[in-house]
Amino acid sequence: MTATATPRHLTRVDAINWNRLQDEKDLEVWNRLTANFWLPEKVPLSNDVSAWNTLTEQEQTLTIRVFTGLTLLDTIQGTIGAPTLIEDAVTPHEEAVFTNISFMESVHARSYSSIFSTLCATRDVDDAYRWSEENPHLQNKAELILNRYRMDDPLMRKVASVFLESFLFYSGFYLPMYWASRGKLTNTADLIRLIIRDEAVHGYYIGYKFQQALARESAERQQEIKDATFDLLLELYDNEVHYTESLYDDVGLTEEVKAFLHYNANKALMNLGYEPLFPGATEAVNPAILAALSPGAEENHDFFSGSGSSYVIGRSERTEDEDWAF
Amino acid sequence: MCDVVYFSTQSGNTRRFVEKLDVPAQRIPRSRNDAPLRVTRPYVLILPTYGDGDPRTAVPGPVIRFLNDPRNRALIQGVVAGGNTNFGAAFGLAGRVVAHKCEVPLLHRFELMGTPEDVAKVRACLAMEMTDVG
Repeated sequence: MTATATPRHLTRVDAINWNRLQDEKDLEVWNRLTANFWLPEKVPLSNDVSAWNTLTEQEQTLTIRVFTGLTLLDTIQGTIGAPTLIEDAVTPHEEAVFTNISFMESVHARSYSSIFSTLCATRDVDDAYRWSEENPHLQNKAELILNRYRMDDPLMRKVASVFLESFLFYSGFYLPMYWASRGKLTNTADLIRLIIRDEAVHGYYIGYKFQQALARESAERQQEIKDATFDLLLELYDNEVHYTESLYDDVGLTEEVKAFLHYNANKALMNLGYEPLFPGATEAVNPAILAALSPGAEENHDFFSGSGSSYVIGRSERTEDEDWAF
Repeated sequence: MCDVVYFSTQSGNTRRFVEKLDVPAQRIPRSRNDAPLRVTRPYVLILPTYGDGDPRTAVPGPVIRFLNDPRNRALIQGVVAGGNTNFGAAFGLAGRVVAHKCEVPLLHRFELMGTPEDVAKVRACLAMEMTDVG
């Protein structure tokens, strides 16, 4: 994209023409996102009921709390984050991509409720929602992000959005990957992997748009944004450590989750075009978690799960006369 | 050091990784309108995967066109794949497909624009590939 003047928000609505692109990345990402479309109903979550019953009460409570925390983030991103980014879009195609991102975040938020209704007792879920409203670190995390979304700075809105998509989810995503590495809740893990895949494309795309916009700014402004970005990351990280402790201390997993946080903080920074902050973070992640996240080439189907980690949309075929010979 | 040939779209993650390697590198042109790249020295190919889980479409078109030239294909020594573990089994898939097709090793996988640890590992690989090919 060659920008001759500083692009402003779109001031009028023109009929979108996908055959005239200002930025090829918009079409590429649109195609990737639409090809990745999925719904929770396609994942056979009920196959996890017996595994769910093998978890201790403490482990069940932890799992429900983790998923309510994720639900809150997806709700923010679907109803406030992505719609805010639509307003900041500089091409009509970018607007369209953000409508997709917005909707998929709502699909993600809806998915956790599918998990709850399949596996959990209503009372336990209600308790967890209450917990999520009262957990100061979860509420602080939401507030730190919402704060940036309310600021009149499109660059910092993108930064906050990438941190949400590429960093803040991972204290939660850790747990289903941990269960999957132990052969538990493997269908739930399949569903979470679909969310994780979407978040990667979202973080990549928003980060790309951020880098493009940043490149048009003065050196002073670039430095100012870089400083504000690292300040926000450290503030979020500090809060995330407390949030992690409030969830995982009881089961003794806090240190492992923190290693996973470092790894994903690095990836969030890279999505924004900055160098990783935590040295050796990838190597410090429990290999079982990385393997659960990204199974090897030969084993893209989890032997124990009912659906496999690669979700396939059904293909249609023409009916033949014989199909109707009842 | 073995040379590098790479592909990167305008988001530039792979380009940034290659720049950090600090070795002679040539970029495969994105557009069909650009003059095709012809190489004359052994090289390691570095290419990204954009989350496409289908091996038939995972490799970017410009990379396929580059490798369809038998003179280019003859000089490939190995592959390094960029990607994201979030793509699950498709992490670095394009790299695996090319390595398999060209019967050369997949030397390393890195995420996004790569960490300093990735840079060190790939630089070590490039040094070794050079001693291998003399």
